[in-house]
Amino acid sequence: MRVDDSLVIERRAVISGAGQSDIGRRLYRDPLELTLDACLVAIADAGLTTADIDGVATYPGPMDVPPGFSGAGVVDVQDALRLELGWWSGGIESPGQLGSVINACLAVAAGLATHVLCFRSVWEGSAQGDKGRAGVMGGGGGGYRASGFMEWTMPFAAPSAAIWIAMMAERHFHEYGTTREQMAQIALNARKNAGVNPNAIYRDPMTMEDYLNVRMISSPLCLYDCDVPCDGATAVIVSHADTVADLRKPGIQVEAVGTALRGRPSWDQFDDLTTMANRDAGAQLWTRTDLKPSDVQLAEMYDGFSFITMTWLEAMGFCGKGESGPFIEGGERIARDGVLPLNTHGGQLSAGRLHGYGFLHEACVQLWGEAGERQVPGDPEVGVAAAGGGPLAGALLLTRRR
Amino acid sequence: MTAMRFDLPTPDLETEPFWDAAKEERLLIKHCNACGKYHFYPRPFCPYCWSDDVEWFEASGRATLYTWSVVHRNDLPPFPEWLPYVAAIAELEEGPRMMTNVVQCEFDQLEIGMALEAVYYPTSEDVTIVQFRPRPASS
Repeated sequence: MRVDDSLVIERRAVISGAGQSDIGRRLYRDPLELTLDACLVAIADAGLTTADIDGVATYPGPMDVPPGFSGAGVVDVQDALRLELGWWSGGIESPGQLGSVINACLAVAAGLATHVLCFRSVWEGSAQGDKGRAGVMGGGGGGYRASGFMEWTMPFAAPSAAIWIAMMAERHFHEYGTTREQMAQIALNARKNAGVNPNAIYRDPMTMEDYLNVRMISSPLCLYDCDVPCDGATAVIVSHADTVADLRKPGIQVEAVGTALRGRPSWDQFDDLTTMANRDAGAQLWTRTDLKPSDVQLAEMYDGFSFITMTWLEAMGFCGKGESGPFIEGGERIARDGVLPLNTHGGQLSAGRLHGYGFLHEACVQLWGEAGERQVPGDPEVGVAAAGGGPLAGALLLTRRR
Repeated sequence: MTAMRFDLPTPDLETEPFWDAAKEERLLIKHCNACGKYHFYPRPFCPYCWSDDVEWFEASGRATLYTWSVVHRNDLPPFPEWLPYVAAIAELEEGPRMMTNVVQCEFDQLEIGMALEAVYYPTSEDVTIVQFRPRPASS
């Protein structure tokens, strides 16, 4: 059922600026410094100064474990930039990483703040060094013991999202006849786009043969189905729509958001493990707008693992349930000159695991027409940014204001 | 010095019966006397009707394979010694699913929907885990 427009208060928010720090596989730089770099670029991009920022939102907030997962919390940034805040929020429990941005939209609509600085920073590349995940998990000296829901995954050697998502993919393959050659297109498309993104981590061309021959991580996911840990920070500014006259460039309208979490948010008990929370968040988004999936001209959607993007394609209604395999087959539809350009910066698979915010940044850059060599042709006006996998899902439908 | 490992559970009052039973080669799940449904993992209340009239139930150990993955990379001890191994979600005859492993099965014989039966593997001196293997048609 269509939600009454008077209730769709996220539409009172615009994205007014966006910025990123240096991004690299391992930068060995102070993560707060990276965070502030991104924040200051975004603030200047909006034509604002730190004195204009009266709100801050972030995901996941300060976290020491696992190292590298969070580069800074709200108070770190508030103190460093001496911000005077009317509203702030940081935390890991939200509709995916972009839930923090959606919170900011609601805060400006509620009049608690006018310009909210939203950021996400990571230094997982440096934190992991050459030690892999063992280098960043808790414990040491036999001190780690699984509790909570991990009590029912760790003892059974299923300790990570790679394995959980792999099992979802296998179920999708079984139910819908999806193939590795189809799923490969998410990785190949990302790499092709990364090739024309100077900030991407992996830019060398990748062929189907490369994909099919690289080592398996957790079947059916191979190395190239897994995103690449990196160091870097991303920031966007969410402003109240009434301020657009004060901004340096046209605000990008937040047309509608999706945030739902229904059913059992469990990696084994969810009713249909070929999808998860994005199924309901995506459906909800379309109840808050007159636009349709066919109006969308570019989609920047989470690829922590390539299969997750396929679930987002289905969840957002860009193809039917179970039809993401045929939809991406051959890669033409999702190419920059296709019907639905996808992950035009290279996604997290090739541009680096900036963890959700990279997709929103890219959607904004594309809608502003600032993407340079990788710019989607045809002057796109409608885009989607979506992030999260499994029980996490948040999506924004964005339009360029005229 | 004991090698660091990441797989051992932390049984508490609520989950200890499960781990104790596993050592005796029994698979315990929870049954709700109010609505009749079974659930896993075990909780002090029913996740379907919220009744706290739930009790332990010894599952048959019969299941079907809901999905699986052959794991080739896992650098958390002790799992590197297991590689490659099968991570799986088994759908128990009683309804709930559980994360587990499929053992005693060639990788190319794995098939979603295949019949499984529980087996028990002592992973440390005081922890036994419930795994599954292919179940012959007759049992």
